[in-house]
Amino acid sequence: MVGEELTEQETALYDRQIRVWGADAQRRLSKSHILVYGMKGTITEFCKNIVLAGVGSLTLVDDRAVTEEALSANFLMPPDENVCSGKTLAELCRDSLNEFNPMVRVSVEKGDLTSFGVEFFDKFDVVVISFCSLATKKLINERCRKLSKRVSFYTVDCRDCCGEIFVDLQKYNYAMKRLDETTECELQYPSFQEAISVPWRSLPRKVSKLYFAMRVIERFEEAEGRKPGEICIEDLPAVLKLKKEICEAQSLNESHIPNALLERLVTGTREFPPVCAIIGGILGQEVIKAISGKGDPLKNFFFFDSVDGKGIIEDISDPTPKR
Amino acid sequence: MASLQHSQAIKGAKVLMVGAGGIGCELLKTLALSDFQDIHIREDVTDWLNYKAANVFPVMVGWVFIKVRDGGDGRECSYEMLGLILYLIDMDTIEVSNLNRQFLFRQSHVGQSKAKVARDAVLRFRPHISITPYHANVKDSNFNVDFFKQFNVILNGLDNLDARRHVNRLCLAAEVPLVESGTTGFLGQVTVHVKGKTECYECQPKPAPKTYPVCTITSTPSKFVHCVVWAKDLLFAKLFGDKNQDNDLNVRSNDAARSSKNVDDVFEWGENEDIEQYGRRIYDHVFGYNIEQALSNEETWKNRNKPRPIYCRDVLPDIMTQRNGNNVDKTDDLLSASAMASLGLKNPQDIWCLMENTKVFIEALKLFFTNRRKEIGNLSFDKDDLLAVEFVTAAANIRAASFNIPLQSLFEAKGIAGNIVHAVATTNAIVAGLIVIEAIKVLKKDTESYRMTYCLEHPSKKMLLMPVEPFEPNKSCCVCSETPLSLEINTHRSKLRDFVEKIVKAKLGMNSPLIMHATALLYEVGDDLEEDEIANYNANLEKVLSELPSPVTGGTMLTVEDLQQEFTCNIHIKHREEFDEEKEPDGMVLSGWTQALPEKKDAKTSNGNGASTSKSLPTKPGNTEIDTEVKEISDGTVSPGTKRKLSEFSDGSPVDHSSDVDETRNNKKIQKHDDEDELVMLDHWDSDMSKKQRLP
Repeated sequence: MVGEELTEQETALYDRQIRVWGADAQRRLSKSHILVYGMKGTITEFCKNIVLAGVGSLTLVDDRAVTEEALSANFLMPPDENVCSGKTLAELCRDSLNEFNPMVRVSVEKGDLTSFGVEFFDKFDVVVISFCSLATKKLINERCRKLSKRVSFYTVDCRDCCGEIFVDLQKYNYAMKRLDETTECELQYPSFQEAISVPWRSLPRKVSKLYFAMRVIERFEEAEGRKPGEICIEDLPAVLKLKKEICEAQSLNESHIPNALLERLVTGTREFPPVCAIIGGILGQEVIKAISGKGDPLKNFFFFDSVDGKGIIEDISDPTPKR
Repeated sequence: MASLQHSQAIKGAKVLMVGAGGIGCELLKTLALSDFQDIHIREDVTDWLNYKAANVFPVMVGWVFIKVRDGGDGRECSYEMLGLILYLIDMDTIEVSNLNRQFLFRQSHVGQSKAKVARDAVLRFRPHISITPYHANVKDSNFNVDFFKQFNVILNGLDNLDARRHVNRLCLAAEVPLVESGTTGFLGQVTVHVKGKTECYECQPKPAPKTYPVCTITSTPSKFVHCVVWAKDLLFAKLFGDKNQDNDLNVRSNDAARSSKNVDDVFEWGENEDIEQYGRRIYDHVFGYNIEQALSNEETWKNRNKPRPIYCRDVLPDIMTQRNGNNVDKTDDLLSASAMASLGLKNPQDIWCLMENTKVFIEALKLFFTNRRKEIGNLSFDKDDLLAVEFVTAAANIRAASFNIPLQSLFEAKGIAGNIVHAVATTNAIVAGLIVIEAIKVLKKDTESYRMTYCLEHPSKKMLLMPVEPFEPNKSCCVCSETPLSLEINTHRSKLRDFVEKIVKAKLGMNSPLIMHATALLYEVGDDLEEDEIANYNANLEKVLSELPSPVTGGTMLTVEDLQQEFTCNIHIKHREEFDEEKEPDGMVLSGWTQALPEKKDAKTSNGNGASTSKSLPTKPGNTEIDTEVKEISDGTVSPGTKRKLSEFSDGSPVDHSSDVDETRNNKKIQKHDDEDELVMLDHWDSDMSKKQRLP
């Protein structure tokens, strides 16, 4: 048992989920602090899930103004100019999220995510960023890793009918329960930089095609100086050319990255609400697992494509880790 | 592109959602968002008008959908509002324990209709969507086959087997596709049922909720759950429920006591009797005297630990002080009366000692008699009735103490008594997303890509979300094919009432049945019956089968029909003298479609009686709260006859999944075919198991 007991109000509200993960996990949740960046559909789903679950606090960062695109997969904002004008995405989402669960403190931090120093991240147990450039992903991940305590780091992206989650829990110990047996496990996670640097040749043959495709898109946007999602069908030839180059450099057969998949990712940059719900749900579960210490956390990528309907975990890490 | 196709399919579609609970709230939100997927993708309207495959085209203008109807020559167009048209049925009102996952509801909505509040909440972020809410039971007669026929697809977010079966039958009769779903904790599943193309919801037998032999409950409990069932179904029902109901509370192992007519009087409350005295008298009778009586039958205890009689005066020598005085004054808030509150017990996770349980027992009983006097005689156990939960917890614990069974907290006891299924928002959100994906395929009539999808707690073949091709209809399913069933029954001893309750309602899930023997009507339910007909049918109910006006004996074929569900079933009657009380507690055995699972040699195979059903107690279906349906099961075998392909798996360990707390798909098997071939085979016919050989 850790900390003080749950209040009567908490026990009544969280009854059904305490039956899933126990009172102990619920107490840990209520002491955790989460930071999210990028208030689009997937992050909105994630925020809903963890606010309902009863985390201690949630901090939102997103200074952008409301656009129709931002509204398209977001159920936290009314499509009403009178309500939306003059407020940032984060502020509008905060107003709604606050109503979901009065026991969770939801607040907004203004400013550019990349300008926050290492000490800023020290206030949080979990950092989740969405729709960030390759450079930003690496940067924020490294800042989280510089802290003495563990700050769990996640990136999430949804494009067209596909979604990707990356997880970095650094060093993570947990009890794996199978039937009556409990095994103590230790997982060593690579950083985002380390993971994507693993030579493609050395990955298992069956790695999700989405993994490769997302890396190509990421590299393309980086090279062209685009914001995430600033890509369209006219870019396809250049994307395919880049794919060819990378595959040659990595000695990977080009068939591992189907052109049709790249075409979908290039044209369907908008989020697809059912995929937001699925990816936001898986991400919510993973964050709850990491905070509560209950359940097997996924290592270290998750992919979903509604075209084949599979939700797959891939472990992309150096096969010969330093022991 | 894909997203465009999705939204075109969903626009203008007429969809019925059944259930606005855990899955329902998530589903309503995701559907509403999906409707507006491609807000600006089409500026070039003329291009669309050139598309001649259909003459109805949805176009987005601002926030309003407008339907452009091609007048035939491509010029005359009429305009009307169009979007996703949703109908939503839910009979429930909002409870506090819903708020952790049913995010469309707030504290201030507690007590209001889920369907109506959910609609209003969605309109806040999607003002132009059309949602028609019904605060009603989907089994109501106005939701008939004609009602169902108006929809393009039905989406279920239900919490009980009964309603699921009912909707399945209406969907079959109306020939409307059904997307079915369920979750338990981190487990979930979504399935697609299209008449003639895929299996129906009932093609696979659904195991009945676990029941316990009567004598285990009345005389020889060995687990806490037995004590809870005793406290809830026997003691609580006896004290606060319908006095005329049969009740085995006084059945004891020695027959002498059973004949005593006086035992019932013990439970009568004398008008002049002090309530605490009454409570103590009941206490001593059920925890003291009855145990002494049971002990007198030494046979019973030869191989068992003897229980210990417990008397109130030994645990609680002094009369309790009138601490509940302030509660009595609160006449406006009777339901909030709580024994825990008046005794100063706070944490529902604490395990009370015997004395505390005794105090709660007496106090709860007093509060019922002082504050809720009018309800006594009509109460049935409700997990949301705190005082009832307190009474049942205390009574179960005292009995557990008597039988040397570890005591449990109110929180645990409530979960067991209320059949509460574990539920979290995330699984519901994921399942809702999967439902929308399947619904879009159904609307696009993309039959080839239908999938059933399982959400797993532990990855299998690296998958947390595992799609499986849907199965073909089960040719021996009595619901979607016209396969007759057979029933073994003692026709000289079983009454028509037993047949109606245990088979027609419980097993066949009929709502308003009609029973025929050839052309003779034996029984019928309906609003339009004449009084003499009703009297006639009621008289038939009390007759044994062989003595009905048109006698039912071995070899008889009965026809059972539900007109609302448009479901007919023929039952071949076989007479049988004896039934095993423990294994066949109904005293009759229905086979054919709900055939029991043959004994398995494989120790790892779960058949639904293991952990998966530990949560489903013999409660009335209406009392169960199940957001759900999935359960991990074990490994499996492959049957050459029914190979089915699973979308490429990459390694070979056998997996198995299956359903629900009380609706476990007993026996779904997934196994790799061989080391080279990546096909994975599925087989799931329990009834087929006996006929087929296993692969080596």
